Amino acid sequence: MKNTSEEYQLQVRGLEVGFNNKKNFTQILNGVSFNVQKGETLCIVGESGCGKSLTSLSIMGLLPESGGIRSGEIRFEGQDLTNQSMKEMSKIRGNEISMIFQEPMTSLNPVHTVGKQIAEAVRIHRNVTKKEAYERVVEMFELVGIPSPRERVHNYPHEMSGGMRQRVMIAMALACNPKLLIADEPTTALDVTIQAQILDLLNELKADLDMSIVMITHDLGVVSEMGDQVLVMYAGEVIEYTDSRSLFDNPKHPYTQGLIESIPKLQGKTEELPVIKGSVPNPDEMPSGCRFSTRCAFAKQECFVQSPEEVGTEDHPVRCWMYSGEWQKMTPFEGGESNDNSSSEAVDRQPIRD
Amino acid sequence: MLSFLLRRAGLMIVILFFVSIIVFSLVNVLPGDPALMILGQEATDESLEALREDMGLNDPLVMQYFAWVGDLLQGDFGQSFRDNTEVSSLLAEKIPITLQLTVMSFAIAVLIAIPAGVISATRKGTLWDSSATLFALSGVSLPPFWLGILLIFIFAVTLGWFPPSGYVPITESVAQSLWYMLLPAVALGVRLSAELTRMLRSSLLEVLGSDYIRTGYAKGLLERAVVYGHALRNSILPVITVSALQFAAFLGGTVITEEIFNIPGLGQLLVTSIQTRDFPVLQGAVMFMALAVILINFLTDVLYSILDPRIKLTGGSQ
Ligand SMILES: Nc1ncnc2c1ncn2[C@@H]1O[C@H](COP(=O)(O)OP(=O)(O)OP(=O)(O)O)[C@@H](O)[C@H]1O
Ligand SMILES: [Mg+2]
Repeated sequence: MKNTSEEYQLQVRGLEVGFNNKKNFTQILNGVSFNVQKGETLCIVGESGCGKSLTSLSIMGLLPESGGIRSGEIRFEGQDLTNQSMKEMSKIRGNEISMIFQEPMTSLNPVHTVGKQIAEAVRIHRNVTKKEAYERVVEMFELVGIPSPRERVHNYPHEMSGGMRQRVMIAMALACNPKLLIADEPTTALDVTIQAQILDLLNELKADLDMSIVMITHDLGVVSEMGDQVLVMYAGEVIEYTDSRSLFDNPKHPYTQGLIESIPKLQGKTEELPVIKGSVPNPDEMPSGCRFSTRCAFAKQECFVQSPEEVGTEDHPVRCWMYSGEWQKMTPFEGGESNDNSSSEAVDRQPIRD
Repeated sequence: MLSFLLRRAGLMIVILFFVSIIVFSLVNVLPGDPALMILGQEATDESLEALREDMGLNDPLVMQYFAWVGDLLQGDFGQSFRDNTEVSSLLAEKIPITLQLTVMSFAIAVLIAIPAGVISATRKGTLWDSSATLFALSGVSLPPFWLGILLIFIFAVTLGWFPPSGYVPITESVAQSLWYMLLPAVALGVRLSAELTRMLRSSLLEVLGSDYIRTGYAKGLLERAVVYGHALRNSILPVITVSALQFAAFLGGTVITEEIFNIPGLGQLLVTSIQTRDFPVLQGAVMFMALAVILINFLTDVLYSILDPRIKLTGGSQ
C-alpha cells in the first residue's frame, strides 16, 4: 500500500468532527483515517451511533448546521475537500461523488415526480436539454432494474415501494457517472430479499461503471458480500482496518471479534448468540482510556486510563493495547462490574495473535 | 376529479341551504322595524301598516323565507327596502371594490411575507431573522385601524403623498384607482404579511431539516435552487390554509378599514344595511360572503392537490 495520494480516489486523514451545542463542542469523530483506492469498495462497519453517517456526511460536506469539521483532511483525487467553497462543492456533489442515504422513504421530495428529481441532477452537471435529461433517467432506470421505466419516471415517490425508491436513489446517485459512491446503509430500511437485490445491483454497477464505493453498514453480512477493505469503527474511532478476508479470518480487536461471533450461523444448534455486553458510551462521557474498555472482556487496568495507539501491521492496523509491546507488562484488572459479568466467556474468547 | 366536483357541488348546496336559514333567522331577530326606518318617526300607524303589508313583512316568517329563497333560486336577490334598487346590482357594484382592496392587500402581504419568511428561515439566528421576527410580532399586534390612521396621518396629512380617503373605480383610471387604494391595502396587508411571515418561517424551517432537502444538496444544487425548487412548495401549504381563511374574512370583514378610508365597498354596504334594517340587502350580502367562503375553500382544496400530489381529491370536506 505505497500509493501516492493521487492514486487514491479518496484519502481521509485525522478527521475530527463534532457538534456545537450551547457553548461547548462535543467531539464525535476522533481522528478517523482511511483510503479508498480507485475501483475499490471500502466498508465502514460499527454499531449505531458510532459516527458512520457523520463520516460520510463530512466527505459530502453535508454536515448539519451545528456540526463541523474541527481538523483533518479529506482528499478526493488529491484535492482537499474540507476547504472548498459551497459553489465548488456543489460541482463535485452528485457529479464526482454521490451519496445514497439511509432513509429511502424520506429522501425523495414528495411533490415532484422521481423523473424530474433525477433529471434535475443530470441538468445541473451536464449541459443537456430537458428531453435528453429524461432519456438519461430512463436509461438509468433500466440500469437499476426499475420495470417499465418510461412510465415510472412520471411517478411520484409515494407511488413507489421502498425498494423501488432506493433504486431511484441509486439511479439518481449514478446518473452523472460519479467516481465515488457513498452508500450509507442503503438496505437497512428494506426487507431482506430487497436488500440482497440492491447489494447485487451495486456490485454489478461498480464493475460496469468502474467506480469506488464507500459502503456504510452495521451488518457484517454486507461486508462479506461487498467489501474489499473494511474499516471497523467504535465510538467515533477507527479500531481496525484491513481487507475483508483478513478481517473475517483474523479479527484482532475484541470488538471486531465480538461482532463476527454475533453473526448468526445457519448450521449448528440454536445456541444463544454471544453479544457484546453493554452499549456505546455517550459522546459526553467517553472513557479517558480505550473507548471500548468499559465493554471489553480483556481490559487491563491501563486500558481504562490510557488510550491505545494504532498498532499492528501497515496492512492491518488495530487500536488495542493487546497488540502493543506493553500488553504483557500491564496490570490485570480485578473486580469492577464491567468485567465480572463476562468472565466466563473470556475463557473461550482468547485473543487471536498474528 | 369528476366525482370530487359532483360531491363538492352537492355539499355546497346543502351548506348554502343551512346558511340561508341561519341568515334569514338572524336578520329577522334584529330589533327594529324596517317600515319605521323608511317612513320615519312621524309616520302614521296606518301608513306603517300599509307599508309592512306591502313589503310582505306581515306574512308568517316561514312564508317570507320561502318567498326569499324561491326568488334567490331564480337569481333574484330582491330589492332594497330603502330605494328599491336591485340587491344584485348593489352587490355587483360593491363586490369589485372590496375584491380590489382584498386582492391588493394580499399582493402586498405575499410580496412581503415570502421573502421575509424565506430569509428568516434560511438565515436563522442572524440579524435578518431577528428583524423579520420583530416585524412579524409587531405586525400581528398592530390593529389595522390604528395602522390605517397612522398611515393617513403620515403619508396623506403630513407628507401629502397620498389622498387621505376616497375611491376611484378601476374602470375610470387604473393608476388613480390603485393610488387611492394603496394606503388601505397596506393597512390591511401588513398585518396579514406578518402572520404569513411567521407561518412560512416555521414551516420552512421544518421542511429545510428534512431528508429530501439534504438529497437536493447531495445532487449538487445550490441553496437558492434547494429553497425555491424544493422547500418552498412543501412549506407553503399551511400558509395557503391561513391565507384562504383570511381571504374569505377580508371579503366581508374590511368594514373598519373601508370606514376609515371612506371606501364604498361591501363593508360599508353591510353596515348601512344593518343600520337601516335593509333586510334584502343584508341577506344578499351575507349570502354572497357565505358563497365566497365555500368557493375559496373549494379552490384551496384544488390548490392543495396540485401542490402536493399525495393529496387526492376524493370529495367531502378535508
Ligand atoms: N445533529 C446532531 N447533533 C448532535 N449530535 C449528533 C447529531 N447527529 C448525530 N449526532 C451524534 O453523532 C453520533 C454519530 O451519529 P451517526 O449518525 O454518524 O451514527 P451512525 O454510525 O450513522 O449510526 P446509525 O447506524 O444509527 O446510522 C451519535 O452519537 C449522535 O448522537
Ligand atoms: Mg447512520
